[in-house]
Amino acid sequence: MVELTLPKNSKVGTGKTHPKPDGATNTKAFNVYRWSPDDNQNPAIDKYYVDLDTCGPMILDGLIKIKNEIDPTLTFRRSCREGICGSCAMNINGTNTLACTTGMDEVEGDINIYPLPHQPVVKDLVPDLTNFYAQYASIKPWLQAETPSPSKERLQSKEDREKLDGLYECILCACCSTSCPSYWWNSDRFLGPAILLQAYRWIIDSRDEHTGERLDNLEDPFRLYRCHTIMNCANTCPKGLNPAKAIAEIKKMMVERR
Amino acid sequence: MSEAYPITEHKYDVVVVGAGGAGLRATMGMAAAGLKTAAVTKVFPTRSHTVAAQGGISASLGNMGEDNWQWHMYDTVKGSDWLGDQDAIEYMCREAPASVLELEQFGMPFSRTEEGKIYQRAFGGMTTQFGEGPAAQRTCAAADRTGHAMLHTLYSQSLKHDTEFFIEYFALDLIMDKDGACKGVLCLSLEDGTLHLFRAHMVVLATGGYGRTFFSCTSAHTCTGDGGGMVLRAGLPLQDMEFIQFHPTGIYGAGCLITEGVRGEGGFLVNGEGERFMERYAPHAKDLASRDVVSRSMTLEIREGRGVGSRKDHIYLHLDHLDPAMIDERLPGISESARIFSGVDVHKEPIPVLPTVHYNMGGIPTNYHAEVVDLKDGNPDAVVPGLMAVGEAACVSVHGANRLGSNSLIDLVVFGRAAALRAKDVVTPGAAHAPLPADACDEALARLDKFRNANGDSSTATIRDNMQRVMQDDCAVFRTSKTLAEGVEKINKVWEQMPDIKTTDRSLVWNSDLVETLELDNLIRQAVVSMTAAENRKESRGAHAHEDFPDRDDENWMKHTLTYHSDEGGVKLDYRPVHDYTLTDEIDYIKPKARVY
Repeated sequence: MVELTLPKNSKVGTGKTHPKPDGATNTKAFNVYRWSPDDNQNPAIDKYYVDLDTCGPMILDGLIKIKNEIDPTLTFRRSCREGICGSCAMNINGTNTLACTTGMDEVEGDINIYPLPHQPVVKDLVPDLTNFYAQYASIKPWLQAETPSPSKERLQSKEDREKLDGLYECILCACCSTSCPSYWWNSDRFLGPAILLQAYRWIIDSRDEHTGERLDNLEDPFRLYRCHTIMNCANTCPKGLNPAKAIAEIKKMMVERR
Repeated sequence: MSEAYPITEHKYDVVVVGAGGAGLRATMGMAAAGLKTAAVTKVFPTRSHTVAAQGGISASLGNMGEDNWQWHMYDTVKGSDWLGDQDAIEYMCREAPASVLELEQFGMPFSRTEEGKIYQRAFGGMTTQFGEGPAAQRTCAAADRTGHAMLHTLYSQSLKHDTEFFIEYFALDLIMDKDGACKGVLCLSLEDGTLHLFRAHMVVLATGGYGRTFFSCTSAHTCTGDGGGMVLRAGLPLQDMEFIQFHPTGIYGAGCLITEGVRGEGGFLVNGEGERFMERYAPHAKDLASRDVVSRSMTLEIREGRGVGSRKDHIYLHLDHLDPAMIDERLPGISESARIFSGVDVHKEPIPVLPTVHYNMGGIPTNYHAEVVDLKDGNPDAVVPGLMAVGEAACVSVHGANRLGSNSLIDLVVFGRAAALRAKDVVTPGAAHAPLPADACDEALARLDKFRNANGDSSTATIRDNMQRVMQDDCAVFRTSKTLAEGVEKINKVWEQMPDIKTTDRSLVWNSDLVETLELDNLIRQAVVSMTAAENRKESRGAHAHEDFPDRDDENWMKHTLTYHSDEGGVKLDYRPVHDYTLTDEIDYIKPKARVY
């Protein structure tokens, strides 16, 4: 039978509301998902108020201010703070994106923050991305060629190099994959949009000589074909990339080679 | 102590700490040499700060015109204001072309020329004909995302070589024996708070710079100089810590980097009077003078009331006159950054910029084999057994008093590879590890325990903010005897706050409050030695611009500063001579002369 109620430990409760900072007149409320494996409790939403007059403009600035001044136990990943390292991917008001490149003013009303969906949570906003990274390794994301290396660089025309644009810029933040319903249900076998985008980046690289093998590796009911062009990936990508298009190109190549 | 904190022991031939460009290149080479290698990193490899490098990687490939490694070497020596070691600089410039071609062979997506070769752009301080000719196009680029392309390429190579990674493990301290040899490194697993001792015949520190000692920097939050902190606690010195590079073009306010490649592609700086002021300061190289020169010129313009904006406190970087198609092809990343962080459309408006802390020329002193050295019994090049350092964490010294743009990425791969070549020679695969005394980890554990339970009155964030503001105010682009003396006093006051620190998170799982505290302990030591070294150096050289001593003083100061630091004794200063010889007789020592751009 289908289980119609969610397991008990999945219910998200109401957590602590931290008082507004003293003297702050221009505040923004953050509702943040909290969970730690330590205390055997269900997840809860804590409420914090950030003084906008003494804070940088980005959502990451707000989270750091909370951690610095209100609650040092709040846990999240962050590094470059300029949208290139992919550490601070999280779900902000229903959309997976980077906290460092999303302005607080882009959200009307309270800012609701959850970890990337459908991944195991290590603590608070820190998801366990082990499976995602293992899937990345599975597509052999490096140049494969048997032709002996020339003494200088392998030549590549500007036109061939241009084919990598919109692909190589991926920062492996996992926003797209964790926004994809097909990936939610089948992340054990479906590679998901981020990894397929990378697979296509190597398939289409004019210097790579293993195109056939790469396509063989994807010829599978799950690894590639669980993409049902829902397009959440393209909508959510914080770098403006289009994994769905890359997947469509792979499917096209599959048909063409038959 | 070790009963309260059980430790899992791992045995490797080599352990590399840090998985940025230098760490990954070292790891790859070590594994390929048949050494059992572990890579320990506090962030997933592609999150390392190498990812943020934009403009490119220097190598005299000559794809855009005549070039050779000798010209590259001359520019690097001049850029370093003659504080660089010329044997190491020769090594880097000679090895650079092969190192870039290797990256291309790995699949790195370089931009291309019409003939399909690697595209190279102009960069500050890069010239031809030993400074006499026009600007060199020597900086190999993947649009303006070269660091990202390079880091992802190196990470994929490490996957190809089945590297053993320990990801989100934070290195606490080096484990040294009584003879001063490094025997391993103690690490904390963030996921579950367990402790791991990595025994190794060679520990390679590839832990990056300590940019976060400053309030405003282009560096990532994770650039906390953890290797430098560990080295100081091990009683070893750091070198040339007074030399801190301000990048001319950090975005005003946010501090995010805008690549020098913008100026390499034809962009220029303009003051509040609409003047291209760099023509006055560097008549020949103009906007492509080296970074220390441009940052000082911008600071002077602002100080003399010729800044832009309502407070006249910054400068404009124009690229709105350039071909939009060229911008979209070669500078897409900074176009995005400018839009997000300053609301500017670069096709139409200038970017507001300000000199921003960017790079540490100083670090862990090494020879050109990446082996850590110390001044011992009168020998300034005494190798510390079992310890290497590479990348921004190290001071080889190829950058001397001022690094040229695009020389950092080449530093990473050249010396990452050099470390692997040396390790192959000095480490016997599978050699037994001598047992350690039972108390080998006690000091490191005591430090961890102290911070884990710290219950003083000052939060980590408060002390960190105090440190960052002192460094920002008193260790700035321009320095005077007065600001530096005050700076030393103030930074020592901040250091004295450390015993009063308070941590809040008592969990063992992903305790980022604890990690930030351990990082602060690494940062503050380096802030103290940087300020002290800056106060001590009575001359102006490269990035160290001392207004009371405006000239370079080769007679008294052409030497590397060594700084030691201990909890009880504070800072101890010493010196190493600059290597005034080259590696081979294919090029002569480049003699000091006035540095004009």
